[in-house]
Amino acid sequence: MDSHGFVSPYSPNTDSDRREMLDAIGVDSVEELFEDIPEAYRHPPLNLPPPKSEMELLRYAEELASMNGVPGDYACFLGAGSYRHYVPAIVRQLTSRSEYVTSYTPYQPEVSQGTLQTEFEFQTLCAQLTGMDVANAGMYDGATSLAEGALMAVRVNGGRRIAVLDSVSPRYVEVLETYTKSQGIEIDIISADNLTLADDTACLLAQQPNFYGYLEDMQAIADKVHEQDALFVVYADPFAMALFKPPGEYDADIVASEGQALGVAPTFGGPYVGIFACKQQYIRQMPGRIVGRTVDSDGKIGYVLTLQTREQHIRRERATSNICTSVALIALMSTVFMAANGKKGMRHLAELTYHKAHYLASLIERIPGYSLRMDGTFFQEFVVECPISPSEINDKLLSQKIIGGLDVSDMVPNGMLVCATEVNSREEIEAFAHALAEAVA
Amino acid sequence: MATKNPLQLKYEESRRRLLMDRSVPGRMGVSLPPNDVPEQPMPGSDILRNEMDFPEVTEGEIVRYFSQLSQFNFSIDHNFYPLGSCTMKYNPKVNDEVAGLRGFTDIHPLQPESTVQGALKLMWELQEYLAEITGMPGVSLAPMAGADGELAGMLMARAYHLERGDTQRTKVLIPDSAHGTNPATATMSGFEVVTLPSDARGDTDLDALRNSVGDDLAGLMITLPSTLGLFDSNIDQVVKIVRDAGGIVYGDGANLNALLGRVRMGDLGFDVMHSNLHKTFTQPHGGGGPGSGPVLVGPRLLPYLPTPWVTRRADGEDETFSFTTPEKSIGRMAAFHGNFGALVRAYAYISTLGKEGIAAISDDAVLNANYVMSQLKDDYDLPYDRVCMHEVVLSARTLKRQHGVSALDVAKRLIDYGIHPPTMYFPLIVEEALMVEPTETESKETLDYFIEVMKTIAREARDEPSLLHDAPHDTPNSRLDEARAARQPDLRWRRQT
Repeated sequence: MDSHGFVSPYSPNTDSDRREMLDAIGVDSVEELFEDIPEAYRHPPLNLPPPKSEMELLRYAEELASMNGVPGDYACFLGAGSYRHYVPAIVRQLTSRSEYVTSYTPYQPEVSQGTLQTEFEFQTLCAQLTGMDVANAGMYDGATSLAEGALMAVRVNGGRRIAVLDSVSPRYVEVLETYTKSQGIEIDIISADNLTLADDTACLLAQQPNFYGYLEDMQAIADKVHEQDALFVVYADPFAMALFKPPGEYDADIVASEGQALGVAPTFGGPYVGIFACKQQYIRQMPGRIVGRTVDSDGKIGYVLTLQTREQHIRRERATSNICTSVALIALMSTVFMAANGKKGMRHLAELTYHKAHYLASLIERIPGYSLRMDGTFFQEFVVECPISPSEINDKLLSQKIIGGLDVSDMVPNGMLVCATEVNSREEIEAFAHALAEAVA
Repeated sequence: MATKNPLQLKYEESRRRLLMDRSVPGRMGVSLPPNDVPEQPMPGSDILRNEMDFPEVTEGEIVRYFSQLSQFNFSIDHNFYPLGSCTMKYNPKVNDEVAGLRGFTDIHPLQPESTVQGALKLMWELQEYLAEITGMPGVSLAPMAGADGELAGMLMARAYHLERGDTQRTKVLIPDSAHGTNPATATMSGFEVVTLPSDARGDTDLDALRNSVGDDLAGLMITLPSTLGLFDSNIDQVVKIVRDAGGIVYGDGANLNALLGRVRMGDLGFDVMHSNLHKTFTQPHGGGGPGSGPVLVGPRLLPYLPTPWVTRRADGEDETFSFTTPEKSIGRMAAFHGNFGALVRAYAYISTLGKEGIAAISDDAVLNANYVMSQLKDDYDLPYDRVCMHEVVLSARTLKRQHGVSALDVAKRLIDYGIHPPTMYFPLIVEEALMVEPTETESKETLDYFIEVMKTIAREARDEPSLLHDAPHDTPNSRLDEARAARQPDLRWRRQT
């Protein structure tokens, strides 16, 4: 033990190891190794708490965790970009394998075939889910994937404006602004009623289902966009793609999606994984990591990171993006989830989600004072117009251990965006509707 | 190696069969929940999807497939992994347990703040820790990775100049030793990149720097210690020259493992930096993410931080935490608040080590790297013969010239000895570079084994170079044809017709 009595369980060097190494190096003390640092700045104060033992850490962490309300304590009807679905045990079990957890980006393919082949599986499943030709190995999240999709459309098309439907999630539009403003790209927010694009528009961005939960007429939009020589960039919900026509069937050029719903716990917003897919002809303009199938020197099939001349470590300031991560471990969760649910399970969960959300909507519609705000087909969420402010209602619901929908009254008068998926039980759904009625009784 | 008979080859191939090729109609991988609500009318078939080509595989088959595949990976838990610039240190298991608590995994990002006070408190405390460690008063945990932290930082630099009407400040200086993300980020942030040469010692060339600064200077992006593994001994002057010229000083914190408790970028006068929680603070790398790249700022850039940051209001014993948007924020980096799961792990790591443990990291990381350097400098070229920091850049230049053996060959041969190769051919300014970062979590015994292996490989290069050219010998695949992969991109499974 050193003078402070603390020995890190993670650092093996003992004082005698250190002595031997210093002698071998030919210096007297570790201090000498830091002499390039200007003396005035060496040894700053480090005002951190003393070390916690593993036991103390767990106790404190459990205390913090227990301050958070989770399903079980609460019934939760939030969606708006993060969705709860049941995660089968094999997802956590397989993705806890430390061969996957504690490896780096597969720069050395001969010792990374596990990661590489599972990423190839992810690309395949994402391409099949979206109905697109190809997908990459993953982006930070759905919102950044969409923003990168817009930047890619600008590279492909050459236009310097981006049109966005007014029904796209405001959070995604904010991320898009962060990504594009500095490059002098202009954003036009337009309505589906008038799809006339300004000159120099590279693409139109639409969300399916839209932020309010409803399906857009994507084929009609795609046709109008293509007539005007722009690209159609789509953000699509993963489960909606298992139930409704996917982007590949309405001629989308670039597709972004949020992989979180596919096997990843909400985790207060991250880490998630962005899905990114496009038409074959645009692959050399894609951002992010891409895995390709090839052969080794013995002619055996194997996998490598490919098309790397697009990337920052080769192309530097001319790279398609600065991104280096593919959020591989989260992509693996989605891969196992999609594989396990498979053809039947994906459709079944999507339908179940549809029934739950629609049952909830049918109950709410019957409550005096509440109404469904919009016409058309919705999937897993919808906007309720409340008789009083949604935040006031949500406060009342909280006391009954219900986390209500998202307050969207800044967009829709007294609007609440409500979501239900297969994890919401009938009992919960009925209790929620009942509580909504009571809140204004 | 013994030749495999056809049945053994069949087994080998079967392990690599893709999901879609394993698919058999009618098989299921999960037990599906029933519907407990009344059936609702479905929309017309014209808007429904006809059929989705997706695998049908049982749970057991999936488990065996992914378990077998996992064994084709090298990982920190199984191998020494001295991958320079990546800080492949041991990832403590308790961090994963803490991050897996239901109170952290099952909270929705849009829950009312009153129901997530524990999460917000953890984030606030982590902000405080990171601010203390780096000497930077402002922290946003929102960026999703190191490169995303860079983007946030450079967008702040841009916002700062624009607010002052300095629209002509478009040039960003980046040393030739920088990570590729730095120039890529500068471009994404709307700047023009000017490459700055290094001097003979590997430090920033001060004359070149002085000649490059002017009214058009937006800032400098510098990695400290540099990717040569060196602490720039001119750093004081570098910061002063850039700041005097009105530029922002950006610090790439990828190599922060060398500096913990030894020096703080904030004290050196940096305006902004990012920290890779997946390097310095043990968020596992996950085969290429998730990462997390909090961005930290000094006073000048404080109002521009991305949203959100967590603030604390204390009222006697009571404290309340909430998300806040800084007044001139550059905006949102992602849909929600950053990679919370990674934040929990970093928080757990800092808590476990505390003041004493954190301050000791860089001592051992730097000592280990210098020890490796001292033992290998006679067998490999050492382009910069001076004290290094947490990593050492060696070169196989002489081996290549004399024996036709490249850095790639050395790297691949290491695999035969159970060691993950170092970073190769980076930084670009060192010929045949091999960048070795042992980290503080490796024992002297492991380092001695690595040293012995590296010396053996240098001998093999002389005596039996084919051993290196043909390496690795015992991996699921021999060297892969990367040129073919790029020329004929084959990026997904397709049904054979």
